[in-house]
Amino acid sequence: MYTQALDTHGKEPLPAATGESGAQAQRFQARVDAEDKIEPKDWMPDAYRQTLIRQISQHAHSEIVGMLPEGNWITRAPSLRRKAVLIAKVQDEGGHGMYLYSAAETLGISRAQMFEQLLSGTAKYSSIFNYPTLTWADLGAIGWLVDGAAIMNQIPICRCSYGPYARAMVRICKEESFHQRQGFEIMLTLAQGSGAQRAMAQDALNRWWWPSIMMFGPSDADSKHTAQSMRWKIKRFSNDELRQKFVDITVPQAQFLGLAIPDRELRWDPGTQHYLIGPIDWNEFHAVLKGNGPCNRERLEARRAADEAGRWVREAAAAHARKQSTRTPQAP
Amino acid sequence: MSEDWPLYEVFIRSRSGLEHKHVGSLHAADARMAIEHARDVYTRRQEGVSIWVMRSADIIASDPEEADSLFEPARDKVYRHPTFYAIPEEVKNL
Amino acid sequence: MSARTYAPNERDPAQQEAHFRYVLRLGDTSLVLGQRLGEWVGHAPALEEDLGLANLALDLIGQARLLLTYAGELEGRGRDEDALAFLRDAPEFANLTLAEQPNGDFGHTIVRQWLLDAWQLEIYEGLRVSADTRLGAIAAKAIKETRYHHRFSSGWLIRLGDGTQESHDRVQAALDSLWRFTAELFAADDVDERMKAAAIAPALTELAPRWSARIDEDLRAATLKRPAAQPYPWHGRRGVHTEHLGHMLTEMQHLQRTYPGVRW
Ligand SMILES: [Fe+2]
Ligand SMILES: [Fe+2]
Repeated sequence: MYTQALDTHGKEPLPAATGESGAQAQRFQARVDAEDKIEPKDWMPDAYRQTLIRQISQHAHSEIVGMLPEGNWITRAPSLRRKAVLIAKVQDEGGHGMYLYSAAETLGISRAQMFEQLLSGTAKYSSIFNYPTLTWADLGAIGWLVDGAAIMNQIPICRCSYGPYARAMVRICKEESFHQRQGFEIMLTLAQGSGAQRAMAQDALNRWWWPSIMMFGPSDADSKHTAQSMRWKIKRFSNDELRQKFVDITVPQAQFLGLAIPDRELRWDPGTQHYLIGPIDWNEFHAVLKGNGPCNRERLEARRAADEAGRWVREAAAAHARKQSTRTPQAP
Repeated sequence: MSEDWPLYEVFIRSRSGLEHKHVGSLHAADARMAIEHARDVYTRRQEGVSIWVMRSADIIASDPEEADSLFEPARDKVYRHPTFYAIPEEVKNL
Repeated sequence: MSARTYAPNERDPAQQEAHFRYVLRLGDTSLVLGQRLGEWVGHAPALEEDLGLANLALDLIGQARLLLTYAGELEGRGRDEDALAFLRDAPEFANLTLAEQPNGDFGHTIVRQWLLDAWQLEIYEGLRVSADTRLGAIAAKAIKETRYHHRFSSGWLIRLGDGTQESHDRVQAALDSLWRFTAELFAADDVDERMKAAAIAPALTELAPRWSARIDEDLRAATLKRPAAQPYPWHGRRGVHTEHLGHMLTEMQHLQRTYPGVRW
């Protein structure tokens, strides 16, 4: 996981305001149009750089905050196999965070700066991780729905115009493939299990369905910056297109599980050959994004606590490295 | 007191016979830690048999603005490529 | 160790029981230590360390699965890895007491890890030539993992010991606090003696000095002081644990206990 279409929620610097030469900007856009990749030292419009820094760092933050709700169940995983899979998955998400911080660092921002933005609460991350994992079934629902939605969002970014971001995303998408499958496997086991297990699975679907749908971001009509991101080939499909794709593939999967999607208005539309969903509660989405979700406070506090508790360790390692470099004679 | 660890670039040889390839970067306090982190971060799925790390600050890169003067001059030296030469079909082993 | 071929059917019940216990102890130690490391994931001092600790946890859980599966077969009562991990109470757990100690700060976790890594290095090295070829194969796999674990934990021990004054003090305090559990690492009992006599396990008395030498070498590099020996007997391997294990199991076994008899 997990990129969310958050790109609509920052102040997008206007290209015109930066006073860069028109010729350079034109050459840049021509390269992007030709599907050429932009690399770190290449000239790029400042607005492009800022948009990428914001999007990639938000994406990175989402990966590492995303470790928390699932990490919450590592000690309670119900079998040793599930425990190993879960540790491997949460670890992958940490790796994804790292790949993305690395990609963002090529744009001239340090990881320390990005961490600072996250911990001070100025940076955003995917709203989905502000929901709690209350039962084991939530781990199934997250893998199946949240990783599923994330993959849908992320596959197009593998072709992003910015080389380091695209390459990080290729690596991430390869690793994601097991995440969704292990989640579905958990759901399937529960759905075919005891009455209590089935109820657990249904309850998880009830709680995770709408937040997963919201992961695709505001509807196109309210997305002001999609057009620019599309021109820059940072974004390839609109939020609503991706959301529809997700709904179309997920509804039959829920039917296979024998679970009910919590949307009374959900119906198959033979005309468009799509499943149509009921209205999305955007008030909830914005509330969670603003910091008023069920777990916003806990998630940030956990990250801050880890950062604080780890400071003496990081300092010690840096101090030891300094000692070593003054102490060790240069190798011949 | 500084707690920021420097940035390292990571290169992985995916199997013997192949060259090391750049895969990404990471932070580490020292070289030993950089190798360990590279192993933990970039070879979780048997992606490699050998790791190189180097301080990112030690990389000297060519300037993209000079790309024209650095790389364009090679473009018209087509005679360096075997396809430049017309050899009759009947002639074998050339 | 003798070259005598191991033949499972020739053993008497007491020998069979000892064999089961021996493998169970190894499995429980890996499991309990892996469970502790799992608590760190998402909360480590640096993102890179999250990944490193998770790798250690994964290796240890993997070892536990192989060992507990085998222990269940030796026992012959139809218990698989999960029955052994999730359906035994604390007095039936046979891990080393050191493994169950709480994480504490990162220095504490590193000291616990490093002491046990050095122990596992000797044990697995010795088991590679075990007359029990199944156990030998598990050890051959585990020794590779353990060498990396020791590289990781001793590296950190040295950085923390020879880092700042604060880190030095913290890690020395962790060492002083955990040292009392090391007496159990090489205290041979009847199970160990039987396994040694059957050439299944190495002689603990031979391993102890090697462990001790490695510990001293790392401590020197870390500028840390070896605490005085504390012979108070800890008997985790015989099911007598500290209070910490019960809490760990309560958490770990919660789902299996609440919903008995279902698949997960
Ligand atoms: Fe991810
Ligand atoms: Fe994922």
